[in-house]
Amino acid sequence: MKKLNISVYRYNPDVDNAPYMKEYTVEVEKNRDMMVLDLLLLLKEQDPTLAFRRSCREGVCGSDGLNMNGKNGLACITPLSALKGGDKKIVVRPLPGLPVIRDLIVDMSQFYTQYEKIKPYLINDDKTPPARERLQSTEERAKLDGLYECILCACCSSSCPSFWWNPDKFIGPAGLLNAYRFLIDSRDTATEERLNELDDAFSVFRCHGIMNCVNVCPKGLNPTKAIGNIKSMLLNRAI
Amino acid sequence: MVKAASTFGRSGSHDFILLRASAIILALYSIFMVSFLVSADVITYVTWTNLFAHLGMKIFTMLALTAILIHGWIGIFQVLTDYVKKTGLRAFLQYAVCVALIVYWLAGLLVVWPVEGV
Repeated sequence: MKKLNISVYRYNPDVDNAPYMKEYTVEVEKNRDMMVLDLLLLLKEQDPTLAFRRSCREGVCGSDGLNMNGKNGLACITPLSALKGGDKKIVVRPLPGLPVIRDLIVDMSQFYTQYEKIKPYLINDDKTPPARERLQSTEERAKLDGLYECILCACCSSSCPSFWWNPDKFIGPAGLLNAYRFLIDSRDTATEERLNELDDAFSVFRCHGIMNCVNVCPKGLNPTKAIGNIKSMLLNRAI
Repeated sequence: MVKAASTFGRSGSHDFILLRASAIILALYSIFMVSFLVSADVITYVTWTNLFAHLGMKIFTMLALTAILIHGWIGIFQVLTDYVKKTGLRAFLQYAVCVALIVYWLAGLLVVWPVEGV
């Protein structure tokens, strides 16, 4: 058996004056790896007051986005062996930049407000809708790959300093990845209106391409590339 | 769309283009000045005066100062909107920096324009 030292961000606004880090020790079998979520569940057996979100436990629902040893990710698909310095100490904090509701649970309202702004649904002004589905060629459909897979876990946006400083104005990498998903969709006819909504000093252009979003995306997506493509679309229109 | 009245450009893409266009001028001016300083054996009052007496150099300098004005205006707007959250303080700081940039431009014009060769 080996001992794991874990430090977890705790804050219950009903009883705590300020957030604090609580130290835990858990004994696990030697040479056995596990996901951070499994470890949190072991901690919850020790201390039932610990609060965190989780649902599917397989990286699909996006509920358990956390900051683990300084890097954002999904607790359910992050093995302890992948944590930098995890053999010495495991530090679990809520996603940075978002208001904490309790312990590891954050208020995602700002994140969803930005997502709503980009109108994340297909807009088509066809007067007569087709009798069946709107067809796409293989090439047109391929353009959506790497975009539609986003699960809105907020790991990217909450690792982005531009989103930390202006969460009310900058759409953030997750929202912009989804914005591009609809801008490039051959079935969407609101491209011009969508671009008009994004062409200000904050919504898109506050991204300076530091690629924190790409570094943390648990689905391996590339929001920086999508944002670059939106910038190109805006500039092609402007010049 | 987010409304922002205190930046220089009319839109996000306008700011983006102005930043890069002004950066090209600033880079060229910096490269020119560094190569001039490195290549000159001795720099005296005469060489310096003769350099700035040239019409091309006057225009190049004023172009660089204009680029600093635009680049600095947009740049400071971006930095201040990131880091200064109190509107009054941010407005004051941006006002002060933009006035300073305009003063640099005017001072540059008055200093460079009357220079005559020796």
